[in-house]
Amino acid sequence: MTDHKVPPILKPIRDVGIVGYGAYIPRYRLPAREVARIWRAGGGGTLFEEKAVSGLDEDVITMSIEAARNALARAGIDPDEIRAVWVGSESHPYSVKPTSTVVAEAIGATPHTQAADWEFACKAGTEAIQAAIGFVGSEMARFALAIGMDTAQGRPGDPLEYTAGAGGAAYLLGPAEISLATIESSYSFATDTPDFFRRANEKYPEHGERFTGEPAYFKHITSAAQTLMQAINASPSDYQHVVFHQPNSKFPQRVGRTLGFKPEQIETGLLVPLIGNTYAGSALVGLTAVLDIAEPGDRILLVSYGSGAGSDAFSLRTTELLPERRNQAPYTQDYIARRTEIDYATYARFRGKLTMK
Amino acid sequence: MEASRHWRLKQERYTLMGEICPHCKEKIFPPRDFCPACGEDARNLFQFSGRGEVYSFTTVYQAPAGYEENAPYTIALVRLEEGPMLTAQLTDMGDETVEIGMPVEMVTRRLRSDGERGMLVYGYKFRPQLARAISA
Ligand SMILES: [Zn+2]
Repeated sequence: MTDHKVPPILKPIRDVGIVGYGAYIPRYRLPAREVARIWRAGGGGTLFEEKAVSGLDEDVITMSIEAARNALARAGIDPDEIRAVWVGSESHPYSVKPTSTVVAEAIGATPHTQAADWEFACKAGTEAIQAAIGFVGSEMARFALAIGMDTAQGRPGDPLEYTAGAGGAAYLLGPAEISLATIESSYSFATDTPDFFRRANEKYPEHGERFTGEPAYFKHITSAAQTLMQAINASPSDYQHVVFHQPNSKFPQRVGRTLGFKPEQIETGLLVPLIGNTYAGSALVGLTAVLDIAEPGDRILLVSYGSGAGSDAFSLRTTELLPERRNQAPYTQDYIARRTEIDYATYARFRGKLTMK
Repeated sequence: MEASRHWRLKQERYTLMGEICPHCKEKIFPPRDFCPACGEDARNLFQFSGRGEVYSFTTVYQAPAGYEENAPYTIALVRLEEGPMLTAQLTDMGDETVEIGMPVEMVTRRLRSDGERGMLVYGYKFRPQLARAISA
Protein backbone atom coordinates (compact mmCIF):
# COMPACT_ATOMS: atom_id res chain seq x y z
CA MET A 1 0.00 0.00 0.00
CA THR A 2 1.32 3.46 -0.88
CA ASP A 3 0.56 6.79 0.76
CA HIS A 4 -1.85 8.85 -1.27
CA LYS A 5 -1.37 12.54 -1.91
CA VAL A 6 -4.97 12.70 -3.04
CA PRO A 7 -7.51 10.86 -0.83
CA PRO A 8 -8.44 7.55 -2.56
CA ILE A 9 -12.15 8.25 -2.38
CA LEU A 10 -14.59 8.17 -5.29
CA LYS A 11 -16.19 11.53 -6.02
CA PRO A 12 -17.94 12.46 -9.28
CA ILE A 13 -17.82 15.90 -10.95
CA ARG A 14 -21.55 16.43 -10.64
CA ASP A 15 -23.21 15.74 -7.27
CA VAL A 16 -25.31 12.57 -7.28
CA GLY A 17 -27.99 11.23 -4.98
CA ILE A 18 -30.66 8.60 -4.44
CA VAL A 19 -33.74 9.82 -6.30
CA GLY A 20 -35.80 6.73 -5.46
CA TYR A 21 -35.36 3.55 -3.42
CA GLY A 22 -37.43 0.41 -3.02
CA ALA A 23 -37.24 -2.78 -0.99
CA TYR A 24 -38.56 -6.25 -1.59
CA ILE A 25 -38.85 -9.08 0.92
CA PRO A 26 -40.87 -12.22 0.11
CA ARG A 27 -43.76 -13.35 2.28
CA TYR A 28 -42.58 -16.68 3.70
CA ARG A 29 -40.48 -17.15 6.88
CA LEU A 30 -38.51 -20.18 7.99
CA PRO A 31 -37.83 -20.03 11.75
CA ALA A 32 -34.34 -21.06 12.91
CA ARG A 33 -35.92 -23.65 15.23
CA GLU A 34 -37.31 -25.46 12.15
CA VAL A 35 -33.82 -25.84 10.67
CA ALA A 36 -32.51 -26.98 14.07
CA ARG A 37 -35.39 -29.49 14.43
CA ILE A 38 -34.55 -31.19 11.13
CA TRP A 39 -30.79 -31.28 11.55
CA ARG A 40 -30.82 -31.83 15.36
CA ALA A 41 -28.35 -29.00 15.79
CA GLY A 42 -28.05 -26.23 18.34
CA GLY A 43 -25.86 -23.15 18.19
CA GLY A 44 -26.74 -21.69 14.80
CA GLY A 45 -30.33 -21.20 15.87
CA THR A 46 -29.42 -18.73 18.58
CA LEU A 47 -27.86 -16.22 16.15
CA PHE A 48 -31.12 -15.20 14.49
CA GLU A 49 -34.85 -15.77 14.66
CA GLU A 50 -36.02 -16.49 11.14
CA LYS A 51 -35.28 -15.87 7.48
CA ALA A 52 -37.33 -14.76 4.49
CA VAL A 53 -37.96 -17.40 1.82
CA SER A 54 -39.15 -16.68 -1.71
CA GLY A 55 -42.26 -18.38 -3.10
CA LEU A 56 -42.43 -20.93 -5.92
CA ASP A 57 -42.93 -18.30 -8.61
CA GLU A 58 -40.28 -15.87 -7.34
CA ASP A 59 -36.64 -15.39 -8.25
CA VAL A 60 -34.09 -12.55 -8.48
CA ILE A 61 -35.83 -11.26 -11.63
CA THR A 62 -39.33 -10.97 -10.14
CA MET A 63 -38.02 -9.62 -6.82
CA SER A 64 -35.87 -7.02 -8.60
CA ILE A 65 -38.87 -5.92 -10.66
CA GLU A 66 -40.93 -5.21 -7.55
CA ALA A 67 -38.10 -3.37 -5.77
CA ALA A 68 -37.43 -1.34 -8.95
CA ARG A 69 -41.12 -0.41 -9.25
CA ASN A 70 -41.05 0.81 -5.65
CA ALA A 71 -37.95 2.91 -6.39
CA LEU A 72 -39.62 4.39 -9.48
CA ALA A 73 -42.83 5.16 -7.56
CA ARG A 74 -40.78 7.20 -5.07
CA ALA A 75 -38.74 8.89 -7.80
CA GLY A 76 -41.76 9.82 -9.90
CA ILE A 77 -39.68 10.00 -13.10
CA ASP A 78 -40.26 8.68 -16.62
CA PRO A 79 -38.49 5.27 -16.86
CA ASP A 80 -37.56 6.13 -20.45
CA GLU A 81 -34.90 8.47 -18.95
CA ILE A 82 -33.05 5.57 -17.25
CA ARG A 83 -29.79 4.77 -19.04
CA ALA A 84 -28.62 1.80 -16.96
CA VAL A 85 -30.34 -1.11 -15.24
CA TRP A 86 -27.80 -3.10 -13.24
CA VAL A 87 -28.59 -6.07 -11.01
CA GLY A 88 -26.04 -7.44 -8.52
CA SER A 89 -26.74 -10.98 -7.28
CA GLU A 90 -25.30 -14.40 -6.51
CA SER A 91 -28.50 -16.09 -7.65
CA HIS A 92 -29.31 -14.89 -11.16
CA PRO A 93 -31.90 -17.36 -12.57
CA TYR A 94 -29.98 -17.85 -15.82
CA SER A 95 -26.25 -18.52 -16.17
CA VAL A 96 -26.07 -16.63 -19.45
CA LYS A 97 -29.26 -14.67 -20.22
CA PRO A 98 -29.16 -11.41 -18.21
CA THR A 99 -31.53 -10.70 -15.31
CA SER A 100 -31.26 -6.99 -16.05
CA THR A 101 -32.90 -7.04 -19.51
CA VAL A 102 -36.10 -8.61 -18.11
CA VAL A 103 -36.15 -6.10 -15.26
CA ALA A 104 -35.52 -3.19 -17.65
CA GLU A 105 -38.36 -4.35 -19.90
CA ALA A 106 -40.78 -4.81 -17.00
CA ILE A 107 -40.25 -1.28 -15.66
CA GLY A 108 -40.43 0.36 -19.08
CA ALA A 109 -36.74 1.37 -19.29
CA THR A 110 -36.10 -0.42 -22.62
CA PRO A 111 -34.74 0.03 -25.22
CA HIS A 112 -32.53 3.13 -24.64
CA THR A 113 -30.62 1.63 -21.73
CA GLN A 114 -27.53 -0.24 -20.59
CA ALA A 115 -28.41 -3.55 -18.96
CA ALA A 116 -25.95 -5.74 -17.09
CA ASP A 117 -25.68 -8.23 -14.24
CA TRP A 118 -23.02 -7.68 -11.59
CA GLU A 119 -21.18 -10.24 -9.53
CA PHE A 120 -18.94 -9.78 -6.50
CA ALA A 121 -20.46 -12.02 -3.82
CA CYS A 122 -22.45 -9.89 -1.36
CA LYS A 123 -21.23 -6.52 -2.61
CA ALA A 124 -22.43 -6.83 -6.21
CA GLY A 125 -25.26 -4.38 -5.49
CA THR A 126 -23.11 -1.64 -3.93
CA GLU A 127 -20.64 -1.97 -6.82
CA ALA A 128 -23.52 -1.32 -9.20
CA ILE A 129 -24.40 1.78 -7.12
CA GLN A 130 -20.85 3.11 -7.41
CA ALA A 131 -20.89 2.57 -11.16
CA ALA A 132 -24.28 4.29 -11.35
CA ILE A 133 -22.82 7.26 -9.43
CA GLY A 134 -20.13 7.41 -12.12
CA PHE A 135 -22.71 7.30 -14.92
CA VAL A 136 -24.77 10.09 -13.45
CA GLY A 137 -21.85 12.05 -11.99
CA SER A 138 -20.11 12.25 -15.36
CA GLU A 139 -23.37 13.42 -16.99
CA MET A 140 -23.39 10.40 -19.29
CA ALA A 141 -26.85 9.69 -17.89
CA ARG A 142 -29.49 11.51 -15.90
CA PHE A 143 -30.66 8.32 -14.16
CA ALA A 144 -29.18 4.87 -13.50
CA LEU A 145 -30.79 2.03 -11.57
CA ALA A 146 -28.72 -0.27 -9.31
CA ILE A 147 -30.19 -3.33 -7.59
CA GLY A 148 -28.83 -5.81 -5.04
CA MET A 149 -31.05 -8.90 -4.71
CA ASP A 150 -30.60 -12.54 -3.71
CA THR A 151 -32.41 -15.78 -3.02
CA ALA A 152 -29.44 -17.23 -1.17
CA GLN A 153 -28.88 -20.97 -0.75
CA GLY A 154 -27.01 -23.01 1.82
CA ARG A 155 -26.32 -26.73 1.57
CA PRO A 156 -28.93 -28.63 3.65
CA GLY A 157 -27.63 -28.93 7.23
CA ASP A 158 -24.79 -26.43 6.68
CA PRO A 159 -24.63 -23.48 9.13
CA LEU A 160 -25.40 -21.21 6.16
CA GLU A 161 -28.84 -22.77 5.91
CA TYR A 162 -29.93 -20.99 9.09
CA THR A 163 -29.22 -17.58 7.68
CA ALA A 164 -29.37 -17.65 3.85
CA GLY A 165 -32.45 -15.49 3.20
CA ALA A 166 -34.19 -13.77 0.29
CA GLY A 167 -34.65 -10.06 -0.40
CA GLY A 168 -32.95 -6.88 -1.50
CA ALA A 169 -33.41 -3.36 -2.75
CA ALA A 170 -33.27 -1.07 -5.78
CA TYR A 171 -31.74 2.42 -5.90
CA LEU A 172 -32.32 4.97 -8.63
CA LEU A 173 -29.34 7.32 -8.80
CA GLY A 174 -29.81 10.78 -10.27
CA PRO A 175 -28.90 14.47 -9.88
CA ALA A 176 -28.38 15.51 -6.24
CA GLU A 177 -30.79 18.47 -6.48
CA ILE A 178 -33.82 16.17 -6.89
CA SER A 179 -32.58 13.47 -4.48
CA LEU A 180 -34.05 12.03 -1.30
CA ALA A 181 -30.49 11.49 -0.05
CA THR A 182 -27.28 12.85 -1.53
CA ILE A 183 -24.10 10.79 -1.81
CA GLU A 184 -21.41 12.81 -0.01
CA SER A 185 -18.65 10.45 -1.09
CA SER A 186 -17.83 6.78 -1.48
CA TYR A 187 -14.80 4.51 -1.29
CA SER A 188 -13.93 0.96 -2.31
CA PHE A 189 -11.44 -1.37 -0.62
CA ALA A 190 -10.52 -4.76 -2.17
CA THR A 191 -7.93 -7.50 -1.66
CA ASP A 192 -7.51 -11.11 -2.79
CA THR A 193 -8.91 -13.02 0.22
CA PRO A 194 -10.36 -16.53 -0.36
CA ASP A 195 -12.92 -16.66 2.46
CA PHE A 196 -16.02 -17.94 0.65
CA PHE A 197 -16.54 -19.16 -2.87
CA ARG A 198 -18.69 -21.21 -5.20
CA ARG A 199 -17.22 -22.82 -8.31
CA ALA A 200 -19.13 -22.26 -11.55
CA ASN A 201 -21.04 -25.56 -11.65
CA GLU A 202 -21.72 -26.06 -7.95
CA LYS A 203 -25.14 -25.34 -6.45
CA TYR A 204 -23.95 -24.48 -2.93
CA PRO A 205 -21.02 -22.33 -1.79
CA GLU A 206 -17.93 -23.37 0.18
CA HIS A 207 -16.62 -21.30 3.07
CA GLY A 208 -13.16 -21.43 4.56
CA GLU A 209 -14.13 -21.21 8.26
CA ARG A 210 -10.99 -19.53 9.49
CA PHE A 211 -11.15 -16.79 6.86
CA THR A 212 -14.69 -15.54 7.42
CA GLY A 213 -13.90 -13.40 10.44
CA GLU A 214 -10.81 -11.29 11.06
CA PRO A 215 -8.90 -10.95 7.77
CA ALA A 216 -12.08 -10.87 5.73
CA TYR A 217 -15.27 -9.22 7.05
CA PHE A 218 -13.75 -7.17 9.87
CA LYS A 219 -10.60 -5.98 8.10
CA HIS A 220 -12.38 -4.91 4.92
CA ILE A 221 -15.32 -3.15 6.56
CA THR A 222 -13.12 -1.39 9.11
CA SER A 223 -10.63 -0.22 6.47
CA ALA A 224 -13.37 0.99 4.12
CA ALA A 225 -15.28 2.87 6.82
CA GLN A 226 -12.20 4.46 8.39
CA THR A 227 -10.62 5.56 5.12
CA LEU A 228 -13.84 7.16 3.93
CA MET A 229 -14.58 8.95 7.20
CA GLN A 230 -11.00 10.20 7.46
CA ALA A 231 -11.03 11.54 3.89
CA ILE A 232 -14.21 13.56 4.48
CA ASN A 233 -13.36 14.57 8.07
CA ALA A 234 -16.29 12.68 9.56
CA SER A 235 -16.43 10.62 12.75
CA PRO A 236 -18.95 8.01 13.98
CA SER A 237 -20.76 10.60 16.12
CA ASP A 238 -21.60 12.61 12.95
CA TYR A 239 -23.93 9.82 11.79
CA GLN A 240 -27.48 9.16 12.93
CA HIS A 241 -27.46 5.70 11.30
CA VAL A 242 -24.94 3.14 10.09
CA VAL A 243 -25.68 0.03 8.03
CA PHE A 244 -23.18 -2.80 7.55
CA HIS A 245 -23.33 -6.01 5.56
CA GLN A 246 -25.05 -8.44 7.94
CA PRO A 247 -24.32 -12.16 7.51
CA ASN A 248 -25.56 -12.55 11.12
CA SER A 249 -26.30 -10.18 14.03
CA LYS A 250 -22.94 -10.50 15.77
CA PHE A 251 -20.61 -9.37 12.97
CA PRO A 252 -22.21 -5.95 12.26
CA GLN A 253 -22.64 -5.26 15.99
CA ARG A 254 -19.00 -6.07 16.67
CA VAL A 255 -17.59 -4.15 13.71
CA GLY A 256 -19.78 -1.18 14.71
CA ARG A 257 -18.40 -1.25 18.26
CA THR A 258 -14.82 -1.48 16.95
CA LEU A 259 -15.36 1.58 14.76
CA GLY A 260 -16.92 3.58 17.62
CA PHE A 261 -20.64 3.41 16.76
CA LYS A 262 -23.33 2.96 19.42
CA PRO A 263 -25.95 0.18 19.24
CA GLU A 264 -28.75 2.73 18.57
CA GLN A 265 -26.97 3.86 15.38
CA ILE A 266 -27.00 0.29 14.04
CA GLU A 267 -30.45 -0.80 15.25
CA THR A 268 -32.81 0.47 12.49
CA GLY A 269 -30.89 -1.04 9.59
CA LEU A 270 -30.14 -4.37 11.26
CA LEU A 271 -32.72 -6.68 9.65
CA VAL A 272 -30.82 -9.99 9.64
CA PRO A 273 -32.61 -11.47 12.71
CA LEU A 274 -35.94 -11.07 10.88
CA ILE A 275 -35.14 -11.83 7.23
CA GLY A 276 -31.77 -13.63 7.28
CA ASN A 277 -28.66 -12.78 5.29
CA THR A 278 -29.85 -11.59 1.91
CA TYR A 279 -26.31 -11.53 0.47
CA ALA A 280 -26.16 -8.88 -2.29
CA GLY A 281 -29.37 -7.46 -0.82
CA SER A 282 -28.18 -7.41 2.79
CA ALA A 283 -26.75 -3.93 3.43
CA LEU A 284 -28.99 -2.40 0.75
CA VAL A 285 -32.29 -3.59 2.22
CA GLY A 286 -31.01 -2.46 5.65
CA LEU A 287 -30.56 1.04 4.21
CA THR A 288 -34.17 1.10 2.94
CA ALA A 289 -35.41 0.56 6.52
CA VAL A 290 -33.31 3.56 7.60
CA LEU A 291 -34.55 5.81 4.77
CA ASP A 292 -38.12 4.87 5.75
CA ILE A 293 -37.75 6.65 9.09
CA ALA A 294 -34.79 9.08 8.76
CA GLU A 295 -35.23 12.84 9.30
CA PRO A 296 -34.10 15.35 6.65
CA GLY A 297 -30.43 16.22 7.19
CA ASP A 298 -29.58 12.88 8.82
CA ARG A 299 -26.23 11.39 7.88
CA ILE A 300 -26.00 7.68 7.12
CA LEU A 301 -22.92 5.50 6.64
CA LEU A 302 -23.37 2.38 4.49
CA VAL A 303 -20.63 -0.29 4.26
CA SER A 304 -21.05 -3.50 2.28
CA TYR A 305 -18.85 -6.58 2.27
CA GLY A 306 -18.33 -9.16 -0.45
CA SER A 307 -16.25 -12.29 -0.05
CA GLY A 308 -13.20 -12.57 -2.18
CA ALA A 309 -12.99 -9.80 -0.80
CA GLY A 310 -13.99 -6.16 -0.72
CA SER A 311 -16.05 -3.43 0.94
CA ASP A 312 -17.78 -0.37 -0.52
CA ALA A 313 -18.47 2.52 1.86
CA PHE A 314 -20.88 5.42 1.24
CA SER A 315 -21.57 8.56 3.22
CA LEU A 316 -25.14 9.84 2.65
CA ARG A 317 -27.14 12.85 3.78
CA THR A 318 -30.94 12.84 3.55
CA THR A 319 -32.84 15.81 2.09
CA GLU A 320 -36.12 17.66 2.64
CA LEU A 321 -37.72 15.59 -0.15
CA LEU A 322 -37.47 12.29 1.74
CA PRO A 323 -40.45 12.41 4.16
CA GLU A 324 -43.09 13.02 1.51
CA ARG A 325 -41.68 10.81 -1.25
CA ARG A 326 -41.14 7.71 0.87
CA ASN A 327 -44.91 7.39 1.21
CA GLN A 328 -45.20 6.58 -2.51
CA ALA A 329 -44.22 2.91 -1.99
CA PRO A 330 -44.46 0.23 0.74
CA TYR A 331 -42.10 0.54 3.70
CA THR A 332 -39.61 -2.22 4.41
CA GLN A 333 -41.42 -2.89 7.69
CA ASP A 334 -44.64 -3.49 5.69
CA TYR A 335 -42.89 -6.36 3.91
CA ILE A 336 -41.46 -7.67 7.19
CA ALA A 337 -44.92 -7.62 8.79
CA ARG A 338 -46.42 -9.55 5.83
CA ARG A 339 -45.29 -12.86 7.25
CA THR A 340 -46.38 -16.46 6.77
CA GLU A 341 -44.44 -19.08 8.69
CA ILE A 342 -43.52 -22.26 6.82
CA ASP A 343 -42.08 -25.59 7.96
CA TYR A 344 -38.96 -27.27 6.63
CA ALA A 345 -40.90 -29.47 4.18
CA THR A 346 -42.56 -26.46 2.52
CA TYR A 347 -39.20 -24.70 2.48
CA ALA A 348 -37.59 -27.66 0.73
CA ARG A 349 -40.34 -27.58 -1.91
CA PHE A 350 -40.11 -23.80 -2.40
CA ARG A 351 -36.35 -23.80 -2.75
CA GLY A 352 -36.17 -26.74 -5.13
CA LYS A 353 -34.37 -28.96 -2.63
CA LEU A 354 -36.93 -31.58 -3.70
CA THR A 355 -37.39 -31.83 -7.43
CA MET A 356 -40.36 -33.39 -9.20
CA LYS A 357 -38.25 -34.90 -12.00
CA MET B 1 -43.91 -3.15 -37.30
CA GLU B 2 -42.81 -6.50 -35.89
CA ALA B 3 -40.40 -5.24 -33.20
CA SER B 4 -42.96 -2.81 -31.87
CA ARG B 5 -45.64 -5.51 -31.70
CA HIS B 6 -43.20 -7.71 -29.76
CA TRP B 7 -42.53 -4.84 -27.35
CA ARG B 8 -46.25 -4.26 -26.85
CA LEU B 9 -46.92 -7.93 -26.09
CA LYS B 10 -44.22 -7.90 -23.43
CA GLN B 11 -45.51 -4.66 -21.95
CA GLU B 12 -48.98 -6.20 -21.84
CA ARG B 13 -47.76 -9.32 -20.06
CA TYR B 14 -45.12 -7.76 -17.73
CA THR B 15 -46.81 -4.52 -16.75
CA LEU B 16 -50.51 -4.55 -17.73
CA MET B 17 -50.06 -2.09 -20.56
CA GLY B 18 -53.41 -1.72 -22.31
CA GLU B 19 -55.16 0.89 -24.42
CA ILE B 20 -57.51 3.82 -23.98
CA CYS B 21 -60.15 4.75 -26.53
CA PRO B 22 -59.58 8.31 -27.83
CA HIS B 23 -63.29 8.62 -28.61
CA CYS B 24 -65.14 7.42 -25.50
CA LYS B 25 -62.20 7.03 -23.01
CA GLU B 26 -62.96 3.33 -22.45
CA LYS B 27 -59.92 1.57 -20.97
CA ILE B 28 -59.09 -1.64 -22.77
CA PHE B 29 -57.31 -4.82 -21.62
CA PRO B 30 -56.03 -6.92 -23.26
CA PRO B 31 -55.21 -4.41 -26.01
CA ARG B 32 -57.07 -5.15 -29.27
CA ASP B 33 -56.69 -1.88 -31.22
CA PHE B 34 -60.43 -1.23 -31.36
CA CYS B 35 -62.83 -0.12 -28.68
CA PRO B 36 -65.30 -2.77 -27.46
CA ALA B 37 -67.58 0.02 -26.15
CA CYS B 38 -67.97 2.25 -29.23
CA GLY B 39 -66.36 0.16 -32.00
CA GLU B 40 -63.89 2.87 -33.06
CA ASP B 41 -60.12 2.47 -33.52
CA ALA B 42 -58.26 2.61 -30.19
CA ARG B 43 -54.46 2.39 -30.22
CA ASN B 44 -53.36 4.83 -27.51
CA LEU B 45 -51.34 3.05 -24.80
CA PHE B 46 -52.67 3.08 -21.27
CA GLN B 47 -50.77 1.87 -18.19
CA PHE B 48 -53.15 0.15 -15.76
CA SER B 49 -52.54 0.70 -12.05
CA GLY B 50 -52.57 -3.04 -11.34
CA ARG B 51 -55.13 -2.67 -8.57
CA GLY B 52 -58.43 -4.50 -8.67
CA GLU B 53 -60.64 -6.98 -6.86
CA VAL B 54 -61.52 -10.65 -7.10
CA TYR B 55 -64.77 -11.08 -9.05
CA SER B 56 -64.79 -14.88 -9.03
CA PHE B 57 -62.28 -17.70 -8.54
CA THR B 58 -61.58 -21.42 -8.83
CA THR B 59 -58.86 -23.73 -7.55
CA VAL B 60 -56.81 -25.82 -9.98
CA TYR B 61 -55.59 -29.19 -8.70
CA GLN B 62 -54.72 -30.88 -12.01
CA ALA B 63 -52.38 -28.35 -13.57
CA PRO B 64 -51.55 -28.32 -17.29
CA ALA B 65 -47.99 -29.13 -18.43
CA GLY B 66 -45.44 -26.54 -17.29
CA TYR B 67 -47.54 -25.46 -14.29
CA GLU B 68 -47.46 -28.68 -12.21
CA GLU B 69 -45.06 -27.47 -9.53
CA ASN B 70 -47.44 -24.65 -8.55
CA ALA B 71 -50.50 -26.88 -8.08
CA PRO B 72 -52.84 -26.52 -6.36
CA TYR B 73 -53.31 -22.84 -7.21
CA THR B 74 -56.15 -20.37 -7.57
CA ILE B 75 -57.23 -18.75 -10.82
CA ALA B 76 -59.34 -15.61 -10.44
CA LEU B 77 -61.38 -13.30 -12.57
CA VAL B 78 -60.05 -9.91 -11.49
CA ARG B 79 -61.91 -6.68 -12.15
CA LEU B 80 -59.33 -3.89 -12.56
CA GLU B 81 -60.20 -0.59 -10.87
CA GLU B 82 -60.22 1.03 -14.33
CA GLY B 83 -62.96 -1.38 -15.46
CA PRO B 84 -61.69 -4.32 -17.55
CA MET B 85 -61.87 -7.90 -16.30
CA LEU B 86 -59.07 -10.41 -16.78
CA THR B 87 -58.13 -13.94 -15.73
CA ALA B 88 -54.95 -14.49 -13.72
CA GLN B 89 -53.36 -16.73 -11.14
CA LEU B 90 -53.41 -15.55 -7.51
CA THR B 91 -50.12 -15.76 -5.64
CA ASP B 92 -48.65 -15.04 -2.17
CA MET B 93 -51.90 -16.12 -0.52
CA GLY B 94 -49.97 -17.44 2.51
CA ASP B 95 -52.66 -18.55 4.94
CA GLU B 96 -55.29 -16.09 3.64
CA THR B 97 -58.45 -17.45 2.02
CA VAL B 98 -59.70 -16.01 -1.25
CA GLU B 99 -62.96 -14.09 -1.10
CA ILE B 100 -65.13 -12.39 -3.68
CA GLY B 101 -64.38 -8.66 -3.54
CA MET B 102 -60.91 -9.17 -2.04
CA PRO B 103 -58.60 -6.25 -3.02
CA VAL B 104 -55.65 -7.52 -5.07
CA GLU B 105 -52.68 -5.98 -6.90
CA MET B 106 -50.62 -7.01 -9.90
CA VAL B 107 -47.15 -8.50 -9.50
CA THR B 108 -44.83 -9.86 -12.19
CA ARG B 109 -43.96 -13.48 -11.44
CA ARG B 110 -42.64 -16.62 -13.06
CA LEU B 111 -45.59 -18.14 -14.91
CA ARG B 112 -43.91 -21.37 -15.99
CA SER B 113 -40.57 -22.93 -16.78
CA ASP B 114 -40.12 -25.36 -19.64
CA GLY B 115 -38.14 -27.87 -17.60
CA GLU B 116 -34.65 -27.43 -16.10
CA ARG B 117 -33.17 -26.42 -19.46
CA GLY B 118 -35.99 -24.32 -20.88
CA MET B 119 -36.93 -20.66 -20.95
CA LEU B 120 -38.49 -19.01 -17.94
CA VAL B 121 -41.71 -17.21 -18.77
CA TYR B 122 -42.69 -14.15 -16.73
CA GLY B 123 -46.02 -12.38 -16.57
CA TYR B 124 -48.71 -10.88 -14.36
CA LYS B 125 -50.34 -12.53 -11.36
CA PHE B 126 -52.31 -10.93 -8.53
CA ARG B 127 -51.75 -11.02 -4.77
CA PRO B 128 -53.64 -9.63 -1.76
CA GLN B 129 -52.93 -5.89 -1.53
CA LEU B 130 -49.96 -5.19 0.73
CA ALA B 131 -51.04 -3.56 3.97
CA ARG B 132 -49.26 -0.66 5.65
CA ALA B 133 -47.72 -2.02 8.84
CA ILE B 134 -46.39 1.24 10.24
CA SER B 135 -47.28 4.89 9.85
CA ALA B 136 -44.53 7.44 9.36
ZN1 LIG C 1 -64.60 3.90 -27.45
